[in-house]
Amino acid sequence: MGKVLTLIVQRLGLGLITLIAVSLIIFLGVELLPGDIATEILGKDAQPATVEAFRKELGLDKPPVTRYIQWVGATLSGDFGNSFANGRPISDLIGFRLQNTLFLALMTAAISVPLSLIAGVLAALYRNSFYDRAINIFTLTSISFPEFFIAYILIIVFGQQLGWFPTLSNVSAEMPFSQKLYLCALPALTMTLAVFAHMMRMTRAAILNLLASPYIEMANLKGLERSRIVTKHALPNAWAPIANVVALNMAYLVVSVVVVEVVFVFPGLGQLMVDSVIVRDVPVVQACSMIFAATYILMNLTADIISIVTNPRLLHPR
Amino acid sequence: MSNQTPDEPVRSSDAVAIPVIERVWWREAWKELKKAQWTAKLGVVIILSYVFVAVFAPILTPYGESQIVGDAFEPWGDPYLLGTDNLGRDMLTRLIYGARNTLGIAFVTTILAFVVGGGLGLTAATLRGWTDQGLSRIVDVFMAIPVLIFALVLIAIFGSTVQNLIIIIALLDSTRVFRLTRAVGMNVAVMDFVEAAKLRGEGLSWIMLREVLPNILPPLVVEFGLRFCFVFLLIATLSFLGVGVQPPTADWGSMVRDNATLITYGDITPLLPAGAIALLTVGVNFVVDWFLQKTSGLHDDH
Repeated sequence: MGKVLTLIVQRLGLGLITLIAVSLIIFLGVELLPGDIATEILGKDAQPATVEAFRKELGLDKPPVTRYIQWVGATLSGDFGNSFANGRPISDLIGFRLQNTLFLALMTAAISVPLSLIAGVLAALYRNSFYDRAINIFTLTSISFPEFFIAYILIIVFGQQLGWFPTLSNVSAEMPFSQKLYLCALPALTMTLAVFAHMMRMTRAAILNLLASPYIEMANLKGLERSRIVTKHALPNAWAPIANVVALNMAYLVVSVVVVEVVFVFPGLGQLMVDSVIVRDVPVVQACSMIFAATYILMNLTADIISIVTNPRLLHPR
Repeated sequence: MSNQTPDEPVRSSDAVAIPVIERVWWREAWKELKKAQWTAKLGVVIILSYVFVAVFAPILTPYGESQIVGDAFEPWGDPYLLGTDNLGRDMLTRLIYGARNTLGIAFVTTILAFVVGGGLGLTAATLRGWTDQGLSRIVDVFMAIPVLIFALVLIAIFGSTVQNLIIIIALLDSTRVFRLTRAVGMNVAVMDFVEAAKLRGEGLSWIMLREVLPNILPPLVVEFGLRFCFVFLLIATLSFLGVGVQPPTADWGSMVRDNATLITYGDITPLLPAGAIALLTVGVNFVVDWFLQKTSGLHDDH
């Protein structure tokens, strides 16, 4: 077990280093500007005095290293500074939206993971059947579509024609849980479609990979039913790659949530980030991107660690 | 290429031989295509028709790109085949110009990504050692941030002009190209003929471009198709979010955004540009799939 622990600690350390490097990039990206962010935002013909005042307000008169250290310290204590656009503390803007985004992501995970695993197992079970081919074509096309296309198709079908679900997901804090679920139905469905294909195909591939191995052939020769072979013999050994791909897709949710929130006017972190990019509210963008990047890194780290603790070849490296 | 015998007849036969080789190449491609599955044929037809529309946009369109021709949101009908958009511009015209702009930007971006990422990847594969370590670690960090999020941060900092967009996305995408080029280049760079070229005293660029590159071309071509799709979708997404291609330039992503209100009235016009995006990605994916099966002898077993 000692080796696994070292491996995991190594991965965690690597994750921490990545996080620090990413925070450096996000923070110091501003330094790449030919002038600085003050002149860039205020425009070329701004009064020098205004630029100077703005610079002071942002703390741009201090050297970058000091600013970076201050920023990291403040960020760790939950203080992201103030927004350019409206001067409000960024942590106020983020708090409620982060909750909403997490709610949406969890809801999507709760729908998409079981659904794609079941679909994948079934596709492996009834390989080359009509069901298998149909779902293959369906997933191949769905990954070629931009998310907003899927979202609008769902809006037209389920929102307009059938009228089952609302097309705007303007949730608020005091809504009851069931109403939130109802409002989030279409965004969650859109994101489910975005990650479904990959998870389902990997589940199918992981199982089919195993079906070629000798012990499965043995089970076959014993005369076991195919459904029993797949679920009892193949599936337990396929968990590792499946868990890995699930974690990777949860990381991908971080990205698709941005687009989906904009389509459905969902008050989440992605929406806030896009709005801030449009008005070039750099501190808010930095805070949001740091949260997104940290989640993404954490998810990928989880995927890494899952594949370490479930893979015997990694447990006992040569 | 250099011929040992410099007399005239050989030269002239060389000059004749080149077009023959070219024609044979085309015939080969055509023959292969005729044997391909229907999906690949469909993909080729889709891609060619998009290119046709993009190239001949000014001839095909009835109006100017940002010319206001009528009221906002006119229905489909006689003067405006697909109606008008939120500012009263002809939808069909915008769609056709959109092909030109969106495809053009995505194409330039992908090429730039391949020049940067491929060049650095080849350098890392050929030089190895510290160059490789340094470049690979930098790329690792860049790849730890989701592309869309990273692109949004950079756009917030630098502003969204078309040049910025191309440079930002090309740089972010070049990390992926770097990874692949380095990985496949590594396998070739250790081979004997590369060693021989090094001993012959060839320079770095010769080894990279004349020894390694030709041998890793097939996976790079496939990757080009995939990266193009990815870049194309990313640009469309950014434009849809309102931070990509800026008005009045016609672009499919921003056209969806501008006309999205129509969807709440059950009008599918805003879906046309989105559908145009989806159709092209499907087409490219079909062709890439076919190419993959051709070059690797892979069959869709699992």
